[in-house]
Order: sequence, then C-alpha cells, then structure tokens
Amino acid sequence: MPVKESFTPKIVAFCCNWCSYAGADLAGSSRLSYPADVKIIRVPCSCRVNPMFLLRAFQKGADGVILCGCHPGDCHYSTGNYYARRRMTLLFSMLSYLGIEKERTRVEWVSAAEGARFASVMNDFVGTVQKLGPCRRLEDVRCKE
Amino acid sequence: MQRIKETLTHWLQSGQVDRVLGWKEGDMPGLREPAFFENAEELKSLCYDAFCGPNLSKFLIAAGEKDGVTAVVLKPCDSYSLNELIRENRVQRDRVKILAVPCEGNIDPRVFENRGVLSVSIEGDQLHLTTLYGEENEPLARCFLERCTVCRGGRHAVYDELLCPEAEETPQKGDRFEAVRELEEKSEEERYAFWQETFSRCIRCNACRNACPACNCRECVFDGAALDSRQKAAAVPFEESLFHIVRAYHVTGRCTDCGECSRVCPSHIPLHLLNRKMILDINTLYGPYQAGDSDKGRSPLTDYTPDDCEPNQGKGA
Repeated sequence: MPVKESFTPKIVAFCCNWCSYAGADLAGSSRLSYPADVKIIRVPCSCRVNPMFLLRAFQKGADGVILCGCHPGDCHYSTGNYYARRRMTLLFSMLSYLGIEKERTRVEWVSAAEGARFASVMNDFVGTVQKLGPCRRLEDVRCKE
Repeated sequence: MQRIKETLTHWLQSGQVDRVLGWKEGDMPGLREPAFFENAEELKSLCYDAFCGPNLSKFLIAAGEKDGVTAVVLKPCDSYSLNELIRENRVQRDRVKILAVPCEGNIDPRVFENRGVLSVSIEGDQLHLTTLYGEENEPLARCFLERCTVCRGGRHAVYDELLCPEAEETPQKGDRFEAVRELEEKSEEERYAFWQETFSRCIRCNACRNACPACNCRECVFDGAALDSRQKAAAVPFEESLFHIVRAYHVTGRCTDCGECSRVCPSHIPLHLLNRKMILDINTLYGPYQAGDSDKGRSPLTDYTPDDCEPNQGKGA
C-alpha cells in the first residue's frame, strides 16, 4: 500500500516566561492536545526576541514562527510587549512586502491562565502553515550543513 | 563656491575649527570623494558642485575621536543624517561646526558609467561628456540621482552658518513613496519575483552598510562569524535576503532617507525601496515621523502607545 506522504511543518514558538510559557504548561497539565511540531523556545519577555531570531529560524528551515507574550498591559516588565508589538508589526510588514506569505508569522497574546487558548492558537497556526506547505523563500542552504 | 572656501578658510585661520570635512576631486572624472583639510593651503583643493554626492555626516563619528572641532559642509539631506547622529549621541554637537550649503541635486555617476569618459561638465541644461569616442551630451534633467528626483526640499535640519538662506525654501519634488505603493499593490508572487531578481544581484560588498550614516554600530552583526553565510557565496537567488531585511530593519525609524545606500550600490539595487517601505509604514501606523528632524525625542521603535495596531492585522503590504 502506498504511504501517503504528509507534510508536517516545523513551527518555532517563542514564548514569554511569565505568561505564554506558563500558558503552554497549563495546556499540558490540562491534557489539551496541540501538535508536536511546535517547538517552544522560552524567552524572558516577548521583547527579548530580536527579529533576527525569527529570520534565523526561517533560514534554518522553520516553516512558521509564532511569538507569544503577555496581553498588552500585562507585561511582567510593564512595557516589553508594547515594544515587541511595534517591532513585529514592522518586521511582518517588511516580510510581506518581500513576498513572504504573511500567514507564516504571527504574534499572539496568551496569558498564564489561558491554557485552552494556547492549544487552540497552536492548532490553528499549525493548520494554516500546513496548508501553505514548506517555507523555501527564507531558507538559506549555507546554514544547513 | 568662493564663499564656501572663504568661510572655511576664515574658520580655520581664526582657530574656530581644527579641520574641515569636505569633498575633493576623486580619481575618476565626475566623482568627488570626502576629504579632511587641515590648513588653508590644503583647502584650495576643496570642491563643491553637483557631483558631490557623498554624505559626509558619518565621517564625523571618526572625526569625533580626534581632538578639537571639525567643520563640515552639509547639503540639506546630509544635515538630517547628522542631526540623527547627534540625537543618538554618536556625534557631539559642540564638536562640529556646520556650514549649510544649498543643493540643486546630485548627478548620478551611472549616467556616464562604462562610457569611457575623460571629463564631465555641466553646460547649461546639458551634461557634457568628453569620452574616448568623442563629445556627447545628456539632458541634465535625466542625470540626477533618484533621491534628487524626489527631493524633500532645501531645508537644513541643523547648521551653524547658512550660506544661502533663500534656498531653504526650495519646495519638495514628487512623491517618494510612489514606487513603494506600486510594489505594494502587486501580488505576493510578483513581489517575491521582483525581490528575488533584485537580491540575486547582490554581491555582499557591504557598501550600503558602510555608506549609511544610520548604520554605525561599533560592531556589526554581519561582521561576526555567527552567521554561517559569511564567506560563502549565495547558492540560491534569495539567499542574501537576510542581510537586506536586517540592514533595512536596523535603520528603521532612524533612516532619514538620504539615499546613500542606493547611490553606492554597485549592483544598482534599489535599497531605498526597503527603507521607504518602513518609513511609509511608520508614517501610516504611528504617525508622521521624519528621522533627523529633531535632535531630541524617541524614534518610533523605541516608543509605543497602548493602542498600537496588532502585528497580524498590520497593514501588511
């Protein structure tokens, strides 16, 4: 019987230590399922994420990158996510301008109490990226030896 | 020209400044290069005309490491770059003395590139070229740099002495965002195809980075060995995109749109299209902002309001 080849996207999720990472934890302890293709990277704050981190993830073969932080106004450091929001808005806009599908990048605000929301966000994002297929445009074969 | 030299000679001789930063004749016809002049004798070789493209602001960072005051000749665009450097504390305001000169546009050296030119001059409304193959003329109106065709006007952002006050009123020309909007209207595929073709010409000479007054980190991310792409040629046409995204991104909110990146690119990559996209986004999303307008305040990326738009809904392209 022919094996049906299915594409499993590589997703990198940057999660802030105070809200979203705890949200992911809650999703886990509540036994909610979300795809195993999501690789979580814990960061102290969403504004710790240098746009280069996202681009490097794509260069090395990620198919989608999502950044999760505390809801605006709830940042553990008061204002970090406000800065991250502006940075990502401009970065995503530039990527889209260069012809990169804008569905491959996303920012979501997930609090520590929103385990269910974390799971649904990840399910939705993985589903979207899966439809788009592998990301070749930002890949850099020089980084993949 | 005479008045520029007189003023600068006076500044030097009266001890108000220790050196002058200006332009002198370059190695090739029609090219001018930045130069420091330390005394009145050297100052004789200073020149200022439509061929003086280079933006001198960035050289003041290096000049700041020497003692004393540096005098600098600035065109309107360049004064914005300097003001931005002052805002960022990269140049100390009291260590520079600025002579603001009027500008009627710079000639694009690409007009006479690969034509065997021996000399270039402006005669009336024609650019006169003496080449190996004879005399040629180009209508002057077609010879200006892209940035000059969408000139923002003659106002200087910062100066100590203004040479030509009436030139400050020179109005703005054209719409500098027109090309960006055209590109935004295209489909994703078309935009990708455009940039793929454009970036495939990049030879990673880093000229855009080196010439840009806003690109002035002491240590550049692209100089380290951390990126595996260093010292390796791109294997696919879009591979230099990381450099271009990050270059444009790092000057976002600080780019004064002086057009140096596009001017110096040996592969004729329209780098200003990336910078202007970011400027346009900032203007639409966070309110009009012109980097270099003021030597105080915060740039849009180091500021926020609680009701900024969300990245996913951002204007996109």
